[in-house]
Amino acid sequence: MTATASVGEAEQGGMSPSSEAIGLRAPAFQRILERLGSLWTFGVLVVIVVAFGIAAPSLYTKAAWLSTSEYAVEYLILAAGQTFVIVTAEIDLSDGAILGFSALAGSLLMNNLLNHHLDGGLTTFLGIVVMLASGTGVGLLNGLLTVKLRIPSFIVTLGMMIAVGYGAVNLLTNGNEISNLPSQVLAIGTVSVLGGWLPVPVLVALGVALLTGLALARTRFGLRTFAIGSNRLAARRAGVAVNRHIVWCFGLSGFLAGIAGLMVTANLSTASTIAGQNDELYAIAAVVIGGASLFGGRGSIFGTLIGTAVIAVLTTGLVLANVSAFWQYVAIGAVVIVAVAIDQVRTRTAD
Amino acid sequence: MGQSLRIGGSRAVKSDIVVTDGGPPGAGGAAPAVEVRGITKRFGSVLALRGADLALYPGEILGLVGDNGAGKSTLVNIISGAVAPNGGEIFVGGQKVHIGSPLDARRYGIETVYQDLALAPDLSVWANVFLGRERIVRGPMRYFGWLDRRAMASEAREQLDRTRIRIDSVDALVGKLSGGQRQAVAVGRSAAWGSRVLLLDEPTAALGVEQQERVGELVRNIAAHGLPVLLISHNLPQVHELCSRVAVMFQGRVIATVKTSESSIDEIVSWITGAALVTRRAE
Repeated sequence: MTATASVGEAEQGGMSPSSEAIGLRAPAFQRILERLGSLWTFGVLVVIVVAFGIAAPSLYTKAAWLSTSEYAVEYLILAAGQTFVIVTAEIDLSDGAILGFSALAGSLLMNNLLNHHLDGGLTTFLGIVVMLASGTGVGLLNGLLTVKLRIPSFIVTLGMMIAVGYGAVNLLTNGNEISNLPSQVLAIGTVSVLGGWLPVPVLVALGVALLTGLALARTRFGLRTFAIGSNRLAARRAGVAVNRHIVWCFGLSGFLAGIAGLMVTANLSTASTIAGQNDELYAIAAVVIGGASLFGGRGSIFGTLIGTAVIAVLTTGLVLANVSAFWQYVAIGAVVIVAVAIDQVRTRTAD
Repeated sequence: MGQSLRIGGSRAVKSDIVVTDGGPPGAGGAAPAVEVRGITKRFGSVLALRGADLALYPGEILGLVGDNGAGKSTLVNIISGAVAPNGGEIFVGGQKVHIGSPLDARRYGIETVYQDLALAPDLSVWANVFLGRERIVRGPMRYFGWLDRRAMASEAREQLDRTRIRIDSVDALVGKLSGGQRQAVAVGRSAAWGSRVLLLDEPTAALGVEQQERVGELVRNIAAHGLPVLLISHNLPQVHELCSRVAVMFQGRVIATVKTSESSIDEIVSWITGAALVTRRAE
């Protein structure tokens, strides 16, 4: 080891001294940011939780936590799938639309089965299967169109968002919402544990975050996801089935949008044609605040979790502090831009 | 067609121009590690390779030189599985093989270091070394493709140490390494996995003089451990210094294989430009 280390120094000493020197002369704040990594967003979260707590102490109540976590569930589940897609340097603009579509498709089926007096438990099961399958199906279609037709995923999923999110959902029910649902579905939204602090949807979202986080950071699938986003040609040359992998990532994003659709339906006791609209923007914002690069190769589910929490706390906090709802959008938009700007400064040092 | 006449469209002319005085190194008669015979490749109406022959022997560094368009890259891409030939045979360790993809080539122990290095800057050194052949843990977690990160890190360390690659930490992101270190990682990775031959495509084109020296040392080191190296380069002084033999391509064929101990750079240049052909035919 010592031998290696000493030659290592020799290598660095002789190696392009100019670039090394530039790295060392970077401004102190850049180096501090680099050290912090993406942890700085966690600091931002702590700051806004404390700041809003002072401005509006009701932030620390159970009611505030429950309403905050209700937003967060929807965004977190979507953003987890979006993280995989963004890490491969693609994007999924349609996950909000898939949420709405799968929720409505499953609810439509459940509504029909209930009208035919089918058992509520079986109806719920079939409804969930349809939600997850339709979500996965649209997601896989996104992926296939992207890799087979070689159309940028931005375009494919933009088209899918419009076609599915505004077209298909209204075609399914002639624009009506569905609220005749089995009690078992509604139970998902109302049952909770830990004295009411942890509703089932929150548990599901945290479970999704944990599993996807481990999959991204610790498995072969995750490593290859990063490799594809970092250098697609290199991944291909290393024997990674790049196209198939990208299709799976879109499929995962669609599958999770199906889960999110189920959670939203359970929370609202209704499947509406506007469910999920604009959610993709928050999901992307959460991923980006969490430190992922839209150019691929970087990102983490933990970062995405923090990003989602920042958005959710900001939303609730501003409401509780009696700030006009319109300012929420300004605040969230500003956070996205600031997050990426800070990230730019950080990576510029690294390069 | 005039061209093909000059360099030999017929067998008679062909035998005329293939120079064998550079022959296999050492009279021992060891079998070639990798050999290609009569490789042809057509891109549309362009004949990129017109029956290229090349043999690479254990432990040698063989230079592959030629003008732009002479067919070097095509030949290397065929051996590394990136391009499928139209005709000809490939032998690995004396066995005739079919190489249909880069994965096939790797299965036969043929590793390639690409000009762009093919590294993922956002991944650690060990992840780059193991990308595509990740180590998975034993036990139930293997069904999830759970990575054995510790095993990969320590194996990558060993692999790089064996080829005397100097990297302080295999956990470092490749994007944070210097150009020379990245080059070393790419070469070390291929050297570690390759069991038959290492193909190096313009390995020092983007490097400074000192770094070129280091890569040269590295290549010598690899060959000394028995892994033959095919070095494709425009840098003739470097080729002349590093290689024991140099194969020269001209218009889709290997027209000469010379020993560097017996030929000057000028002589190699005369083969590259085709001037030597004219002289030989005049004799």
